[in-house]
Amino acid sequence: MLWETVRLAIIAIIRNKLRSFLTVLGVVIGVAAVIAMVTVGQGSSAQVSANVASLGTNVLIVRPGKRMMGPGTRDTAPAFTLRDVEALQDLPVTAAVAPTSSTSSTVVFGNANVTTSITGTSAAYITVSNWVLDDGRAFTPAEERQGAAVCILGETVREKLFGSAEALGQTVRIKAISCEVVGLLQPKGAGSFGQDQDDLLLMPIRTVQRRLAGNQDVSGMSIALQDGVSSARGISEITALMRERRRIEPGAEDNFSVTDMKEIASMLTSINTVLAGLLSSVAAVSLLVGGIGIMNIMLVSVTERTREIGIRLAVGATAGQVLTQFLVEAIMLSVLGGVVGIALGLGLAYVASRYMVIPFTPDPMVVVLAFGFSALVGVVFGFFPARRAARLDPIEALRHQ
Amino acid sequence: MADTPLIQLQGIARVYGEGEAEVRALDGVDLAIRKGEFVAIMGPSGSGKSTAMNIIGCLDRPTAGRYLFEGTDVSGLDRDGRALLRRHFLGFVFQGFNLLPRTTALENVELPLIYKGLPHAERVAKARLALERVGLAGREHHDPSQLSGGQQQRVAIARALAGEPMVILADEPTGNLDSQRSHEIMQLLQQLNREGITVVMVTHEEDIAAYASRLVVFVDGRLARDEPVVARV
Ligand SMILES: Nc1ncnc2c1ncn2[C@@H]1O[C@H](COP(=O)(O)OP(=O)(O)OP(=O)(O)O)[C@@H](O)[C@H]1O
Ligand SMILES: [Mg+2]
Repeated sequence: MLWETVRLAIIAIIRNKLRSFLTVLGVVIGVAAVIAMVTVGQGSSAQVSANVASLGTNVLIVRPGKRMMGPGTRDTAPAFTLRDVEALQDLPVTAAVAPTSSTSSTVVFGNANVTTSITGTSAAYITVSNWVLDDGRAFTPAEERQGAAVCILGETVREKLFGSAEALGQTVRIKAISCEVVGLLQPKGAGSFGQDQDDLLLMPIRTVQRRLAGNQDVSGMSIALQDGVSSARGISEITALMRERRRIEPGAEDNFSVTDMKEIASMLTSINTVLAGLLSSVAAVSLLVGGIGIMNIMLVSVTERTREIGIRLAVGATAGQVLTQFLVEAIMLSVLGGVVGIALGLGLAYVASRYMVIPFTPDPMVVVLAFGFSALVGVVFGFFPARRAARLDPIEALRHQ
Repeated sequence: MADTPLIQLQGIARVYGEGEAEVRALDGVDLAIRKGEFVAIMGPSGSGKSTAMNIIGCLDRPTAGRYLFEGTDVSGLDRDGRALLRRHFLGFVFQGFNLLPRTTALENVELPLIYKGLPHAERVAKARLALERVGLAGREHHDPSQLSGGQQQRVAIARALAGEPMVILADEPTGNLDSQRSHEIMQLLQQLNREGITVVMVTHEEDIAAYASRLVVFVDGRLARDEPVVARV
């Protein structure tokens, strides 16, 4: 009997292909939106977590200027100097301090050239920022002191300049400098903002200062704290020292910022969560609209098939059987919409993940939930039309034209 | 109880509407139909023939009076109780055929068997048999739209038969058919009646009523005449 009912519902749905398709469109869009949102959201959360891990433990970033979020907010505060770096290095709470001074430039090798971010820094930067050398070596202290023309390539830069050829030991040209490639970094992949973290080139900071920037500025410092030192304590000691060195009056505002990278990562995670929640509620509304669409069409269908209902009642169908028939049809419709929506949503999420360079991690739980939800939409919105069908008077239904 | 009538109406009244608009479609009908009878109901338009058929068919309930089916009072049955009674004991043939559109003859005939809960194979076998009985072997997979009026009515009769009912109720079964087709349908009903099925039929035509064994005439919601058919075909 139940199979019979399901078969009937399938026939009814197939008979009106276009109408069925339009009817379930709302549910398709709703479910697809939920699936896509949640899947992409989870993927980017996973990405953020991976980035937190890749940042290394206990890393603080010190920058000149007031504490502000995001790029482009640098004010006129003076840059740091290598003396600041040494002073911070001498603090008991710090394990390693890597200065950074960045500029952008075109790097040329043979016919190939690539514009990338050139970071002047020290060997410590590699460990502080959780990079791993794939091949070659870090800068030697002598190279750092002398400002030698050596560089370490990120994977993207290596790939673009050398492809499958050996990069180590080759000489690339950066403006007027002929620079020897001494090391290669293991790829890290995309960052929290979707940026390519491997698109970089490292040089000793003195080389950048003297031969590219033409100044003595240190535009930032990445600091690894000693094991067992909390971020809060690290921040307060570093702040105290820097205020002293930069001669800031008590009560005056800092003209530099100390940022815990983990804090940013966790903030990104929560932004992700809020965003996913917001979009999911939009999707829920669309599901609701989809349900109303199903109800509407089922009501039309009940009216159209009044005579059929009369015939079924005459040959002995009970009200419950007629109710079941229309309810099953509504559920089949919405489940159909749900299945199509799940497929579409996963497809969208896959494309989006590819585009945003985040992992594609569909959650079976979410898929099951979306499926259940679409069935529920069918039950809720199919009930009223089905009950109307079940309550028809057989004589009047038979007389219906 | 061999002499218990199959169908027994006692003082049946059916009133539509209230007050000014009140219509007494049936006004105290007493009628007993025995197993194996072939009853033709006649009477002027609006005399209550269809109303009586609906009550006998348990599609409707009387406003007053008792309806005994095989001696059991069924006038108090609820919707589902009446549905079960129709499912197991009654078969309907309508003037307008009332077949499911875009559904094959075989599937139309299977319909009552679905509600009887028969498995698919058994349903198909019984439906084929019923179609054979009405002379439609070979037309199992035709749609109603591919069948003539007479053939459609045969499918409807096969559908009424398939559930192995005790009674077939036919309200103007030949109303939509030409004379030739009408007589063919009547011969079929008469044949089925000879095979043991009780038939109750409404008609406006004398020559159609002549196939029955008994004639009941309604006038203004009452029985005006009740007599055996003398010049039976
Ligand atoms: N649903 C209804 N509501 C109100 N009045 C009704 C209803 N059904 C039937 N009637 C009235 O009951 C009376 C009997 O109707 P019924 O259909 O039984 O007549 P009938 O003998 O079958 O007529 P015909 O030969 O035209 O089919 C008529 O006066 C009709 O108007
Ligand atoms: Mg009538």
